[in-house]
Amino acid sequence: MFEKALVGSKRYWTWVIVLLAVIGIGFITYLQQFKLGLGITGLSRDVSWGLYIGQFTFLVGVAASAVMLVIPYYLHDFKKFGKIVILGEFLAVSAVTMCILFIFVDMGQPMRIMNVILHPTPNSIMFWDSVVLGGYLGLNIIIGWATLHADKKGTRPAAWVKPLIYLSIPWAISIHTVTAFLYAGLPGRHFWLSAIMAARFLASAFAGGPALLIILALIVRKFTKFDPGKEAIQAIGKIVTYAMIANVFFLLLEIFTAAYSSIPGHTHPFKYLYFGLEGHARLVPLMWASSILAIVSIVLLVFPSIRKNESMLALACIALFVSLWIDKGFGLIIGGFVPNMFEKVTEYWPTLPETIITISVWAVGFLILTILYKVAVSVREETAGIELEH
Amino acid sequence: MSMDRREFLKIAGSSTFLATIGIGAGWILSRPGEFLEASQFLQTKELLKAKQWAMVVDMRKLKTEEDYKKVIDACHRIHNVPNFDNPKDEVKWIWLDTFEHAFPGQESEFMPEQMKHKPFVLLCNHCENPPCVRVCPTKATFKRKDGITMQDLHRCIGCRYCMAACPFGARSFNYRDPRPAIKEPNPEYPTRMIGVVEKCTFCEERLAKGQMPACVEASNGALVFGDISDPNSEVRKILNTNYTIRRKAELGTRPVVYYILDIPTSVVPGGEGNV
Repeated sequence: MFEKALVGSKRYWTWVIVLLAVIGIGFITYLQQFKLGLGITGLSRDVSWGLYIGQFTFLVGVAASAVMLVIPYYLHDFKKFGKIVILGEFLAVSAVTMCILFIFVDMGQPMRIMNVILHPTPNSIMFWDSVVLGGYLGLNIIIGWATLHADKKGTRPAAWVKPLIYLSIPWAISIHTVTAFLYAGLPGRHFWLSAIMAARFLASAFAGGPALLIILALIVRKFTKFDPGKEAIQAIGKIVTYAMIANVFFLLLEIFTAAYSSIPGHTHPFKYLYFGLEGHARLVPLMWASSILAIVSIVLLVFPSIRKNESMLALACIALFVSLWIDKGFGLIIGGFVPNMFEKVTEYWPTLPETIITISVWAVGFLILTILYKVAVSVREETAGIELEH
Repeated sequence: MSMDRREFLKIAGSSTFLATIGIGAGWILSRPGEFLEASQFLQTKELLKAKQWAMVVDMRKLKTEEDYKKVIDACHRIHNVPNFDNPKDEVKWIWLDTFEHAFPGQESEFMPEQMKHKPFVLLCNHCENPPCVRVCPTKATFKRKDGITMQDLHRCIGCRYCMAACPFGARSFNYRDPRPAIKEPNPEYPTRMIGVVEKCTFCEERLAKGQMPACVEASNGALVFGDISDPNSEVRKILNTNYTIRRKAELGTRPVVYYILDIPTSVVPGGEGNV
């Protein structure tokens, strides 16, 4: 089936070449980082994780969100998701690949990455995170490819695929739970030391991931003959609405506990993020932008009459995605490090090389997504009209 | 819903299996990681042995700027700690900070000026329950049975999870090549490379030769080092006769660096004059 990615329109190839160019620039910049060290980033002794780990955390959520299509389709027999579920699975493949790349570019000694496998350490959450992420990547590649291959031949997927699909459901929950545990079990990091962290991660994942999927589905429909289905998109819109409201609710719970208890360790990160602390307020405009976009997206989503208009739905999804990206891909990580362990404020801002590397990792993700979607769409265009049966 | 015997056994079996995995995972995560014998990597006759090394910092005995400088220089010089003159990339094994930063939440507006501004000597606490060891994905940070928290610079992948986990800010990452920033390299001790985390090791290389840690030796008795599990050791005697505090003891990491505060006794009614 891969040959379908090798033939395409001029527009397809232009897009692929643009992505390759961005990846090339990023690769050269990474070589610089490889040689000079992470000193070329904005990271410091006090803020030792930043944009890279933020992207990793955010994208684990995007990857996990495929389950929001798999559950209705495979567990509740919601037939309308039949055509779109493959887009979710392939989005997961692309997102997990980006996660792995972001971990890789964040490492001080990337050539030693195999040490995680050579010296398996079950008391480290990071060890488990690598296990669940690797497994999830494998599951989605196998499931996505097997179901698509069956569609191509007009048959049902082999019997062994079903158990894997069922396994992928708790597995998706596990990747984001374990990722939350990376943060939620550290003594002294008050901002992260919260039992609701994993739940909040899942809520934001189930809002942000499907929102991206809606945007992608609309793009696919605009540029190809493949239609994921109006009703399917609307159904995902409802999922996004509920998940986003849950996400904002969970964030408000965190704010209540910090503010009402007024324990300095708990209030200071929130003060830093939303109002500035000791005259340092670099993230304040971003965090408020995130809050405003969150409210805008909820207002647009919560009224069915607005949500049913696809341009409004797309607008809401973009607002929501940007809001969550700021909140989780940036604020959540930096907030854990500011103030530092000495109650002092050291600010962080990504440097140009760091930003270029980040964008190029996203470009790798988009390239993988483009190729996988091209294959899926070409197969579906050929089999258009044939009833899918998994 | 009806269920036959076979179905029931299947569900019961798989639930038991999952529960076993869950309990096993819980048990593993509650462990701090494995502990190694000191003799497992440094075989010397002179090796100083202990069940639990510990340090007492007697703030009363640190008086002049020179006293502090000697302690820090002794460590940083012999361990080839680079000096970048740049707080962002800073590497430090032992350093100074004020009471309010060393013991956040303990400070008060009205505490004696001398305590408010006098710098505290800070270093790795060699916690008995170290979060850095628990989180390290490669066992590059590990615990010796004599209580020293060690760092294997050749195994470290530079993920910096330990830096996020350490509540004491004791860990430094080599953001840049440290070698050009070492003024007088000590050929007896290895230099580090880009991209690994390092910290104080309680001078394990000196303990192996029967010597006290460099900072202790340079401190004129202000820093005392010994086996806290031995009731006759000097550290134990000091702890038994003085009020000491530890940094962030409430977090349960069980730090083994203790501080005797320099409280001006002249302000205590009936106390001896201390000008």
